[in-house]
Amino acid sequence: MSDANTPILQLCDTKVAYGAIEAVKGISLELAKGELVSLIGANGAGKTTTLNAIAGTLGTAGGEIRYAGEAIDKLPAHKRLRKGLALVPEGRGIFTRLTVEENLRMGAYCRRDTDAVEADMERIFGMLPRVKERLAQVAGTLSGGEQQMVAIGRALLSRPRLLLLDEPSMGLAPLVVEKIFEVIRSVAAEGVTILLVEQNANLALEFSRRAYVMESGRITLSGSGADLLADPKVRAAYLGE
Amino acid sequence: METLLQQTVNGLVVGSVYALVALGYTMVYGILGLINFAHGDVLMVGALVALEAIRLIQTHAPELGLVPTLLAGLSVSVLVCMVLGYTIERTAYRRLRNAPRLAPLITAIGVSFLLQTIAMIIWGRNYHTFPQLVSTTPLEPVAGVFITPVQIAILVVSALLMMALMLLVNKTRLGRAMRATAENHKVASLMGVDTNKIIAATFIIGSALAAVAGVMFSSNYGIAHYAMGFMPGLKAFTAAVLGGIGNLGGAMLGGLVLGLVESIGAGYIEDMSFGFLNSSYQDIFAFMILGIVLIFRPTGLLGERVADRA
Repeated sequence: MSDANTPILQLCDTKVAYGAIEAVKGISLELAKGELVSLIGANGAGKTTTLNAIAGTLGTAGGEIRYAGEAIDKLPAHKRLRKGLALVPEGRGIFTRLTVEENLRMGAYCRRDTDAVEADMERIFGMLPRVKERLAQVAGTLSGGEQQMVAIGRALLSRPRLLLLDEPSMGLAPLVVEKIFEVIRSVAAEGVTILLVEQNANLALEFSRRAYVMESGRITLSGSGADLLADPKVRAAYLGE
Repeated sequence: METLLQQTVNGLVVGSVYALVALGYTMVYGILGLINFAHGDVLMVGALVALEAIRLIQTHAPELGLVPTLLAGLSVSVLVCMVLGYTIERTAYRRLRNAPRLAPLITAIGVSFLLQTIAMIIWGRNYHTFPQLVSTTPLEPVAGVFITPVQIAILVVSALLMMALMLLVNKTRLGRAMRATAENHKVASLMGVDTNKIIAATFIIGSALAAVAGVMFSSNYGIAHYAMGFMPGLKAFTAAVLGGIGNLGGAMLGGLVLGLVESIGAGYIEDMSFGFLNSSYQDIFAFMILGIVLIFRPTGLLGERVADRA
């Protein structure tokens, strides 16, 4: 079923509703293995809802979600993670009362290969040196940027094949954002497929090869990052021109 | 002075029983935001099942020693209560996971009535004598303080259980998952945690502690009864609130403080009220404390915040 050409993620006319209100009104998108794709759009367009539906913390109201060729709509979130699909949620979702180390270990919760987990921890410390200095600290005391680093490190510890990132730049200083995007780039370079949701459209479009634009629950545009950056509609709507 | 010392010892004993039960309340609250009012009745089931098991052993294997008999009765009761705790969670609370908070609360009260009624049908309305397998005859007094072997056993066993629980919660993978789930179900499930399993484990552990507490309670007072869970349940809940509900250390501290206040209060209530009240009014202390805590420090001694957490 899942050969090299099967997209790792496919949404077919996926709908998500909160009660009677449809937040995602049937969207279709596709990610090939190893791609870095972003999903941009204004506040309330349904981006976070889409990611939550893919990760399984929200149920769908119609359509289909396929992961590596397999329909996963009905799987609970924890089973999707076990298949290699990880979400770094909006607002980072750090366990504030656990220590940094415990947060990271939660990322490896489903793994039994202890030695490899330790090796991955070391690799992540290499990528995020500031995290290592704070291992014993309660995670709630970290700065926003450090929390975002922990959240990404934690997701990586599950060894995802598909990583969903929900606004990793939110509320962070430009310098910190730059560092975080460096990390994301190196993760992508290792072959992890990434779907990035960003409000900072400029950043996202420069950063990713391909992008989808979402508007009130629908995907209205898609194309290469460069094309979208040049698109006057996109520039007007999302880049403040 | 002797009264004070004596009542301190008594208070620590009854306080450790409260603490064990309070841990069950606080763990469930921490993870679900639910006050499991049926928890006291699990204690009752624990005591009565142990009683039944001990009776069976004494009839069919009377040659078994006292302590092995008690341990066997205790093990059966712990196992039954673990299954009971799981069943309560699975059948009564799980389907209400996303319901408004009042629904599970009322359900909990319903489960409490159900357990009492079933126990009444099985064991009748009478008080049963609980066999005193560990002696309740005081040892030689030390500094004028009497302590019985069963009291020593209660203190030692509860201290060991509390330490074991702290290790489990703070040092193991399951404990980490419990704390993560308590903080955020959604994110825990994003880590691959099957939160329903973790919640079930919480109920199972809490129920095991309640079973032990029930056997201790009955061993200490020598009785068991279908409604015996109500008062200790209510007091353990008070202890959990006193310590800061949701906080494990708080439940232990709250249990001990409540036991101490109650015992010392009972020792002096006659003097304090100039002979108007006697020690059978000791229950007023527990609920006075509940009132005072709720008014002046609703977060409890060690609690951070009681903000709406679900």
